[in-house]
Amino acid sequence: MGGSGSLGTGPRGSRAGRSSAHELTRYAGLFAARTREMTSSAMRDLMAITQRPEVISLAGGNPDTTTFPPSSFAALMTSLAASSTARVLQYGPTEGMAEVTECIREVMAAEQTQVDPQDILVTTGGQQVLDLMCKTFIDPGDVIIAEAPTYPGAIPSFSAYQADVIQIGIDEDGMLIDELEATLDRLELEGRRPKFIYTVPTFQNPGGVTMSLARRRRLVEVAHERELLVLEDNPYALLRYEGDPLPTLLSLDGGEFVVYLGTFSKILSAGIRLGWAVAPRPVRDKMNTGKQGVDLCTSSLSQLFVATYFAERRWQDYVDELRELYRVRRDAMLEALEQHFPAEATWTRPQGGMFVWATLPDYIDTTDLLARALEERNVAFVPGRAAYVDGRGGSSMRLNFSGSSEDDIREGVRRIGEVVAEQVALYGTLTGQRPAETPAQRAPGVADEDLADVLHLPRRERRRREAQ
Amino acid sequence: MSRVAVLKGGRSLERRVSLRSGAQVEDALERLGHDVTGIDVGHDLIARLHELTPDAAFIALHGRDGEDGTVQELLEILGIPYTGSGVGASMRCADKVLAKHAFRDAGIATPDFFAFSETAFKQLGAADALQAIELRLGFPIVVKPADQGSALGIKFASAAADVPAALVAALSYSDRVLLERHIAGRDLAVSILDGVALPVVEAVPQGEDFYDFEARYEIGRTAFVCPADLGSDVTDAAQQLALRAHDALRCGSFSRVDLMLDGDGSLQVLEINTIPGLTETSLLPQAADAAGIGFDDLIARILAPALAVGPEPR
Repeated sequence: MGGSGSLGTGPRGSRAGRSSAHELTRYAGLFAARTREMTSSAMRDLMAITQRPEVISLAGGNPDTTTFPPSSFAALMTSLAASSTARVLQYGPTEGMAEVTECIREVMAAEQTQVDPQDILVTTGGQQVLDLMCKTFIDPGDVIIAEAPTYPGAIPSFSAYQADVIQIGIDEDGMLIDELEATLDRLELEGRRPKFIYTVPTFQNPGGVTMSLARRRRLVEVAHERELLVLEDNPYALLRYEGDPLPTLLSLDGGEFVVYLGTFSKILSAGIRLGWAVAPRPVRDKMNTGKQGVDLCTSSLSQLFVATYFAERRWQDYVDELRELYRVRRDAMLEALEQHFPAEATWTRPQGGMFVWATLPDYIDTTDLLARALEERNVAFVPGRAAYVDGRGGSSMRLNFSGSSEDDIREGVRRIGEVVAEQVALYGTLTGQRPAETPAQRAPGVADEDLADVLHLPRRERRRREAQ
Repeated sequence: MSRVAVLKGGRSLERRVSLRSGAQVEDALERLGHDVTGIDVGHDLIARLHELTPDAAFIALHGRDGEDGTVQELLEILGIPYTGSGVGASMRCADKVLAKHAFRDAGIATPDFFAFSETAFKQLGAADALQAIELRLGFPIVVKPADQGSALGIKFASAAADVPAALVAALSYSDRVLLERHIAGRDLAVSILDGVALPVVEAVPQGEDFYDFEARYEIGRTAFVCPADLGSDVTDAAQQLALRAHDALRCGSFSRVDLMLDGDGSLQVLEINTIPGLTETSLLPQAADAAGIGFDDLIARILAPALAVGPEPR
């Protein structure tokens, strides 16, 4: 509730009567128990000042929408007005319009995945799928398995339903399935059955890593063996800059235990808020009922806009264009990291998507580092702790390369590198020694803490290069 | 009716709280019949103030720039009367180290401490003194940035191995760092208004964490009890100590003094906030309410001295 928030209905400032702290805290007494999990954090205070115009922000998760030609947009809207004004202005069916369902099948076909239109639910952004999954499956205290790190935006969705989120480590091949199985065994002994396993298997947000084919197969097997649902969140797979595409979990599973989350946000527009779920019929029907209570239907304007756009049959050209743009930006970021980050740092090397995940020595807290980076260097990133529910991730950071120009990426990484170097030097001074071991020197996968240090790929590559 | 500029936002780490405080204050001032303009403090602050020529500035800024004397100094130069403490008191309170020295000099109990600049570590080998400090203070030690109002950067060090990382963290927010003996006990806040101590507020953390500073002023994660459930002697002592601290640092018409009550029943002053939060859940409005002073009344009383000064430079 903003400053003018009140039970009154008048415009701001017209509210009559006296307002006191006592009256205001009275609302807090009425809040539902679940809002206790919906807290704002000091980190949000920090993120609030990343919006200043002078700040180079690698913190966003934004696609670059400046590449969509305004003339094309205008033509689409004109054509839409001529053909469908009344429909655009009207409610639509909760499950979505048939035209857009066809567009979704086309996108899924490009992902080598065939789907039955009856299994599709059109949603208000992919984010709504997270909410509807929780609404459908989660009672307070129910377990959701997620990756460590996981998509930071999923955490508020899960917490709002008071889920107990358990995070499973990842490495360069995605979720550690052995750790998953061990965790499932432990939960079974405790008599707890997770409601679903949440994964972003391809170009993970925030990790940037992709689940290998072997692990995809094994995850689907585990789901079948234990009759558990998997929520496959797949916004980025068409943004592949190198390597061969991998099958979706949905296609490996055949639609029995995998619920698929898709979105137009990264291949067309995030602002139209259009996503979808593909789910086994009973699940899809229950989610559909849940959606009725939330918003009756997804925006008809957005759906018909997409249908009109797809009718031109140029959507894949635009995705090609984005791929080229982001590939160059990713390369700029990886180069800048090599150049400006100290030897103690490691980072992932994504084959697609929008994010690089960098991990610093564990004595550096990236939330504090962000404060210094903002204050002294006008540069921002997402502190790693945002991607964990359990306080891990404190020395990692998420860097976005899709939303900034190459120059800004290079300069931003250079500035962050400077602050990191200062912290490393300061720690060395304080301990009277060069900072100790780096993650790459540790034995892989021994202690739990090591799971936070996702990958050491670039270091290996660097060594290999040096050896040549 | 007076023309009042409400200064809020800015670029401090407490920007969000300040925007909420500012909005609350604006609403109250409008209800009080004033001509109110909110200003999100930025590069154009002076230009906006020149243009507006307010009768007074209500400073609803927290943290760096707004609470440390910087904005106060600018308002002095412009000859615009403002709410709260003057430049000197703002500087003394915003700097936890200066404040603690002033407490100590005035014989006001405050937890033992040492303070260093980043330069001392880099140029003077202060790291070699850490062991002696740890010995003198004993663990756990609280490590704080010297001049940063929010909870960010405050760390516990429960053993020597935690100290360097805690210092790196604190020095991310400030060029000086305070190492303070941790006082286990109850967390009290006494707000001062017009020379009178308001009812004591106790902050009772609800979390599982032994002490999560970031949860401290978050409703739901901390329960606030006002008036705090203390004996009348402890209440009196807390109020008197807070008033002494407020006076010792020569604070203006209001402030919030944070205290610890330890297991032996002794009280120590941690710090003074010259512009405590003025949001719906902030402690000063809660304490005022417990004293029968409604929010609008509180805001009127905070504004009154500034309006009384008139437009001459102080």
